[in-house]
Amino acid sequence: MKYESIQELVDAAVDSNEKISAVVLRDQAAAMDKTELELWEKMETDFEIMKQSVINGGKKDLRSMSGLTGGEGFLMKEYADKGKSLCGPFLAGAMSRALSVSGCNAAMGRIVAAPTAGSCGIIPGCLISMCEDRGVPEKDAVMSLFTAGAFGIVIAARASIAGAEGGCQAECGSAAAMAAAALVELMGGTPRQCADACALAIAAQLGLVCDPVGGLVEIPCIKRNATGVMLAFSCADMVLAGIGSKIPADECLDAMREVGDAMPASLRETAKGGLAATPTALKLSRDSECMRKN
Amino acid sequence: MNVFDIIGPVMIGPSSSHTAGAVRIGRVVNKLCDGHDPVKAWITLSGSFAKTGKGHGTDKALLAGIMGFHSYSPEVKDAINIAKNRGIDFSFTNEDIKGAHPNTARIGFETADGRSGEVLASSIGGGNIIISRVNGMKVDFNGNSNTILVMHTDKPGVIANVTNMMHWEYEDLNISSFSLSRQEKGGEAIMTIETDNVPPETLIEDIRKINHVTNAILIRRL
Repeated sequence: MKYESIQELVDAAVDSNEKISAVVLRDQAAAMDKTELELWEKMETDFEIMKQSVINGGKKDLRSMSGLTGGEGFLMKEYADKGKSLCGPFLAGAMSRALSVSGCNAAMGRIVAAPTAGSCGIIPGCLISMCEDRGVPEKDAVMSLFTAGAFGIVIAARASIAGAEGGCQAECGSAAAMAAAALVELMGGTPRQCADACALAIAAQLGLVCDPVGGLVEIPCIKRNATGVMLAFSCADMVLAGIGSKIPADECLDAMREVGDAMPASLRETAKGGLAATPTALKLSRDSECMRKN
Repeated sequence: MNVFDIIGPVMIGPSSSHTAGAVRIGRVVNKLCDGHDPVKAWITLSGSFAKTGKGHGTDKALLAGIMGFHSYSPEVKDAINIAKNRGIDFSFTNEDIKGAHPNTARIGFETADGRSGEVLASSIGGGNIIISRVNGMKVDFNGNSNTILVMHTDKPGVIANVTNMMHWEYEDLNISSFSLSRQEKGGEAIMTIETDNVPPETLIEDIRKINHVTNAILIRRL
């Protein structure tokens, strides 16, 4: 497969009457000259590292290298466990996992980029929650990572997965879209519905800028991983409810590229605009400079 | 690009483009050192690498890669100190490299045995990189395949000699991509050969024996 359009993924799965993940696993094994089992085991290892990063990033005293962030995953988990969350314990738990993974990353811990480090909490937040809180078998979650990955390849080819090129829509937007597609597949949705969930998630984050405070992958990145999880679940749920996307996924990706190209450099990871240029952000970044020197 | 370029790499944070990608760029330099210790590294950062590199540990990451560490090595976090302890003479300069991708670095290096060279490379997102120049000559590879760089003098028959030898001596080896770049007719030139399968160790030695070949470097899938 060429991975140049989402339509190609949908067509391939529909033609062979399989899930997108099954088609992708077979195709990638052939392309990489490996067996399907070898690829599956590698993906399973990645899933295990994701789970470990939830644990490592969920510690109470975790702090980022700059000292600006840390402990968000712990606080959210504590809150989720009390059962009074507005979103309900399931979504609050998913948010806590996303915050933990993202916090682990900011502390120079080991994570799986998915598709990037700045957006590394969204896919684990969604999929690990499906396993641990909704009883989805882990092997299904591992398979759904092949669907997420295939959507990511198309997004990278057709739009971008780099904040420096396309803003945060390219990072957290892409991750949420990939997660939404994987969630729909896990819930037994059709390949077309996976594509629609991707389209809705891209459309919802179109134009999101990359404006890291002090140039660090911390503020607002860590929290955008939590909101990215919510977006993935809401888009997957809309699609499973029968609400499709009026604009096909591929056209959403073309629009995303166009929007990214139109973004000024100040809003593409340079920390010159958006939240990064606010008075408080400038103060925080000065303070963290001092902390790094000490 | 495959699914593990997207779900992956496994890496030390915080940034796939500014940290993991930077380690991989450094590793290309390490490969060009050809088994010898790097003793000097002059690093020029452009675009977002220059503007936000410090906060992402791009400096640590590039040095870690130059010293041969991986993007998942815990040593990345402490690379500046490790480089100092090893006595590596390194410097960082910011410069706007015209027409370059937003995350670009130019690295000049020297090894203990006096080899030197220069690499221009960009980190294009998700830890993926593109090498666009080696020793001033245009190249285009991403380290996702096994890549052989053949430095040679631009003479008729050199390419044929290299590819024929590869075919006759290593018949299972399939070339997936080939390109040539040269400074001027009859001058210094470089072949970039990507292969589907992993080239055996002896191949590089055999290429080096060919007339007008000055050096050959194997960069295994990074």
